Amino acid sequence: MALGIAVFIVLWAFIAKFGRIPDPVSVGKEAIKVFSNPFYSNGPNDQGIGWNVLMSLGRVGIGFGLAAAVGIPLGFLIGRFRFLSDMAAPIIALLKPVSPLAWLPIGLLVFKAANPASIYVIFICSLWPMIVNTAVGVRQIPQDYLNVARVLNLSEWKVFTKILFPAVLPYMLTGVRLSIGVAWLVIVAAEMLTGGVGIGFWVWDEWNNLKVDHIIIAIIVIGLVGLVLEQALIFVARKVSHG
Amino acid sequence: MDKYLQVENAGMVFEKRGQSCEVLRDISLTVKRSEFVSLIGHSGCGKSTLLNLVAGLLKPTTGHLLLGNKEIAGPGPERGVVFQNHSLLPWLTCTGNVMLAVERVFGEREKRARLLERTRAALALVGLTEAANKYPDEISGGMKQRVGIARALAMEPKVLLLDEPFGALDALTRAHLQDELLAIVANTGSTVVMVTHDVDEAVLLSDRIVMMTNGPAATIGGILEVDLDRPRNRLSLATNPRYIECRREVLEFLYQRQARKAA
Repeated sequence: MALGIAVFIVLWAFIAKFGRIPDPVSVGKEAIKVFSNPFYSNGPNDQGIGWNVLMSLGRVGIGFGLAAAVGIPLGFLIGRFRFLSDMAAPIIALLKPVSPLAWLPIGLLVFKAANPASIYVIFICSLWPMIVNTAVGVRQIPQDYLNVARVLNLSEWKVFTKILFPAVLPYMLTGVRLSIGVAWLVIVAAEMLTGGVGIGFWVWDEWNNLKVDHIIIAIIVIGLVGLVLEQALIFVARKVSHG
Repeated sequence: MDKYLQVENAGMVFEKRGQSCEVLRDISLTVKRSEFVSLIGHSGCGKSTLLNLVAGLLKPTTGHLLLGNKEIAGPGPERGVVFQNHSLLPWLTCTGNVMLAVERVFGEREKRARLLERTRAALALVGLTEAANKYPDEISGGMKQRVGIARALAMEPKVLLLDEPFGALDALTRAHLQDELLAIVANTGSTVVMVTHDVDEAVLLSDRIVMMTNGPAATIGGILEVDLDRPRNRLSLATNPRYIECRREVLEFLYQRQARKAA
């Protein structure tokens, strides 16, 4: 791992010699400056990188939370009832491949503000993986488990808590992981378009200021945050999965 | 005669993509209280379907089934089922799996401590006290099947339904569990209906063996009374002329009268 990173940095330094990209050393120096005071605030358009990342994560959290609140129950219903699945399938198939950013103008139109519009975009892009994976999970429940429920004559509540939910949980968490991954990709682009405080906007702002070293720092920060989110969810999934 | 479990002219037709497939035709059978009855036949003869009818998982297309003079309308805790593939929930411990059944049957009337006691007793009955807090994927196939049996027994069912309970186990484990089942049934006086394709198992355990003809439209081809004294011991039975005779009769039925056409 260390070797890979070393090779990467050497390659970067090599490319920087010929191009306009700042070299690792100057970016490193700049990074120390940026990270030494991540939470300063000089008005709405000049805030530390910490605030920017937290604002972006906040939007992802809210949009994603709403998507989970809607998508998981919907996924259960679609997985359980053939009729609903037949109804929903063409709509999901049509809307799923649409770039979430295409929804941004609709969001701006409806909410008339940048912040709810980007949350709405996160909601839309997180929704599909949640619905689809939960529904697949429900459909994959082995008939044996449902037979157990029937011969024991379990109540609907017990069937849900003891059989459906634990059986679907691993699939649901896959949906969560995919959703969060996509959401984190999309928030950067959405913020570039809407402005305000956020890591995506910060990248765009630094481009306008021609501070390329800050853009590189932002890229690395975005990557690290995405990595941490992904690993955290993999860890959770491992904790709760059985057989 | 004490008619405890009655199957009257039951027939079963499955509809699959517009095609109908008659699995069982005109099955009539009565089982006495505390009787051990085996259903034996070649695979695909519908013996599991018949067991599922008794369990209430399926409804007969024609005819009806009665338990204690009440029609079987659906699954119920008075009929404990042990599935072939144990069907334990992997996210619950052995205790949790048994407890699920115990709570359902006794949860409204008894305190939690008493329910746990019942669960412990059921696991002890099948010799699994040590593994009580293990998850199904941490124990062997034979142990899983025992948990399945404990789960069914813990409900104190009127009838125990076993669907090839030992089919997936190796021969030694199977023999061991058969002996345990013999002892448990002798102690509890349960009424048992068991599906099997193992001739020795059927003769060793049963009071009567119901031999089924080949499907489609399978029916009862013959019933053999196994009038061997209990308790039975597999070693002394090996040379018992009546045991050998019973065994021969079932084999003859399966391999001569109902010989499968070369597939």
